[in-house]
Amino acid sequence: MNTLSKNQNLRRYLWPCAGLLVLLVINVIIAPEFFHIEFKDGRFYGSLIDVLNRAAPVALLAIGMSLVIATAGVDLSVGSIMAIAGAVSAYYITKGVDNLALIIGAGLIAGLIAGIVNGFLVGYMSIQPIVATLILMVAGRGIAQLVNEGQIVTFDHSGFAFLGTGSFLGLPFPVVLVIITFAIVQLLTRRTALGLYIEAVGANPSASHYMGLNAKAIKMSVYCVAALCAALAGMIAAADIRGSDANNAGLWLELDAILAVVIGGASLMGGRFSIFLAIIGALIIQTLTVTIILSGIPPKFNLLIKASAIIVVLLLQSPLFQKQLAQLKFRKATSVTNTAKEAKNA
Amino acid sequence: MNSTPVLQLKGIHKIFPSVHALKGVNFTLRAGEIHALLGENGAGKSTLIKVMTGVYQRDSGDILLDGQPIFPNNTGDAQALGVSTVYQEVNLLPNLTVAQNIYLGREPRRFGLINWGKVNRDAQELLKGYDLDIDVTLPLSSYSIAVQQLIAIARGVDMSAKVLILDEPTASLDADEVQSLFRIMRDLKARGIGIVFVTHFLDQVYAVCDRITILRNAQLVGEFETATLSRSELIGHMLGKELAALGDHKPPTNSECGDALLNVQGIGRNATLSPTDLQVCKGEVVGLAGLLGSGRTELCRLIFGVDKKHNGSITFNGKTVNVNSPRDAITAGMGLCPEDRKHDGILGQLSIRENMILARQIKQGWWKFISRKEQEEIANRYVKELSIATSDIEKPIEQLSGGNQQKVILARWLAANPSLLILDEPTRGIDIGAHAEIIRLIRKLCDQGLALVVASSELEELVAFSNKVIVLRDRQKVAELEDGDINPQRIMQAIASN
Repeated sequence: MNTLSKNQNLRRYLWPCAGLLVLLVINVIIAPEFFHIEFKDGRFYGSLIDVLNRAAPVALLAIGMSLVIATAGVDLSVGSIMAIAGAVSAYYITKGVDNLALIIGAGLIAGLIAGIVNGFLVGYMSIQPIVATLILMVAGRGIAQLVNEGQIVTFDHSGFAFLGTGSFLGLPFPVVLVIITFAIVQLLTRRTALGLYIEAVGANPSASHYMGLNAKAIKMSVYCVAALCAALAGMIAAADIRGSDANNAGLWLELDAILAVVIGGASLMGGRFSIFLAIIGALIIQTLTVTIILSGIPPKFNLLIKASAIIVVLLLQSPLFQKQLAQLKFRKATSVTNTAKEAKNA
Repeated sequence: MNSTPVLQLKGIHKIFPSVHALKGVNFTLRAGEIHALLGENGAGKSTLIKVMTGVYQRDSGDILLDGQPIFPNNTGDAQALGVSTVYQEVNLLPNLTVAQNIYLGREPRRFGLINWGKVNRDAQELLKGYDLDIDVTLPLSSYSIAVQQLIAIARGVDMSAKVLILDEPTASLDADEVQSLFRIMRDLKARGIGIVFVTHFLDQVYAVCDRITILRNAQLVGEFETATLSRSELIGHMLGKELAALGDHKPPTNSECGDALLNVQGIGRNATLSPTDLQVCKGEVVGLAGLLGSGRTELCRLIFGVDKKHNGSITFNGKTVNVNSPRDAITAGMGLCPEDRKHDGILGQLSIRENMILARQIKQGWWKFISRKEQEEIANRYVKELSIATSDIEKPIEQLSGGNQQKVILARWLAANPSLLILDEPTRGIDIGAHAEIIRLIRKLCDQGLALVVASSELEELVAFSNKVIVLRDRQKVAELEDGDINPQRIMQAIASN
């Protein structure tokens, strides 16, 4: 009885997962050592682990971004929030604060404030998300530069550096953070009604209002979650290089995050979301970069190849394209049967 | 009078995925007449106009302009053929000047360049013919809606219009502006242009129209001479009388009314609804009758807190409740199935199951999650109880027919256990079978003790199930009918009385 819609549900997962699989297979063909993983000094090493590790910041951003996009919004400021959180943490370390919880807490609070600003502008002031978050996208880097006093601030704090370079259960710590964040957000959205509320506000804001949903509060909360994810990603990036670079930390990563969510099959018009698929999207983007490097194609082709691959993934997911493909198949099938009929009649 | 029709539509059908919007409609417009096109919401007026003007393509039937079949593919085509439309919201470009708007896309040229001097002189001259002596070099937005509408008409007629369609042109005009619009319409009529006039103000129909075509439920009711059609006959045709199959006046009888469940005192909102009273008892149906724009929907929205009331109070279940948002109304124990199902009701991409449980979930709070298993139980139960035709509760609701979507929305509120349910046009745009089912359902719910407020433009429907009918006209309550007084004639009299 449920086969039809189960199929539809499966199809949502099919294309992004198949895309990732194809990329992995290509990698194995051009570089057989791709899947080689070795265990050394208590942690795993290998290309695959590298992909996971490098995809972590974008995956974190994509988790928050998928919620924002589900409400028919977008958050352009997450890259800048990364820079702010990194700068704030670096500031406290250089001021001699040693307590790791305080340093991380300060970064997260900085992110939360940014999220509240975005949520206020979008939810309560009804400013279009793309404009509202553009403000912080530009101003955020300025704030980070002020915190850093225009310098690249470097620091030495082994506890904080662990965020970016440590390992836990053999996995790079950023990957562990992605898994934990995924688990928390998944629990919050799918084991309570929040996920359904977010989808309802995105699918039909007016009908949600008639049912008594508080769209303002929901929008506020998704921008806060997105900003918290960004703050975490920003601290990972700062910990990785043991320094805060207000100009380059998280630069353009908001675009990768949006792309990851879209590759994961979400519509920018709002509605359905899947955090899992958004993370798959982030992995596809990172794997593609590795594939291009491994294949030995000159780096100058990187961006073009990346763009072409992404167009293919998006086309395969587009309902219009799928329909046209189906019609093409149908036409072939009918023309075959028609000619068969004609042959019979003759 | 010239009797050859300038525009003729024969047997027009238009089918959308979920609704058959026009069922073999005929329409004949003579040159030099003003022809009213009337019908309630969802009757098919706007679809018919969109077919005439090329916004939609007909699925079958013929359109003849001066006896020649035409196939407009877009509004540009229709305009080039001589069919122009002026909408309620003027669709010109507010940031361009009046003259630029009038000659947009067909500017007089000299040596290949636009001759702006001539554009402005011609525009000035043209508008004089419409009693408008205004500065045509100012932006369109610097003039009132009424003037903008005349400018739109001038543009349409100047582009060699044979047929001019005016879609609710008077909705935002004051009385003087309406009179000057009528003067222009009569002028144009004298020049041999056929005018289609869509409005829901019946006074205006009688003031300017020669003939009337009435649509209801996607079908043609008939074509009438204004002079020989009385106002109450007209309303009868618009609201319909042939739902005899529903049976006679048979309201639920188990209502035991000591104190009213819902007691609305003087609820109103500036420019929307004059202060209105309303009482509903447990197990009782109160019908709201009136034409489009009479205040039916507005009353529903005010009670439910969708719009903020400016005056009045609401007592529910013996307690004064402060309803400022739908959330307050839901917490008190109300539910509302809105009139515009697509825009305000369904969550298109979400499944039938999710659409059904959402109101109950919101009432409970987000942390008290209804488990997947319980959700499926609820959904399966209502699919069975309301006989919703679907193979699967996981199907997106947008794939259902209108009638089944309406049942899902009903189920959504029933699942939230309200003690009062407000239904705004519950049978609009759904086929006749589902129609009868929903009426039966309304009776059944009342027998189970639910109180209902039902706004409807189908008189027979209201008569069939209401304990009490409130009649609204021109945004105020004009009559309250009980028991023996509830019949279509009495309701129509109340609507038509002046």
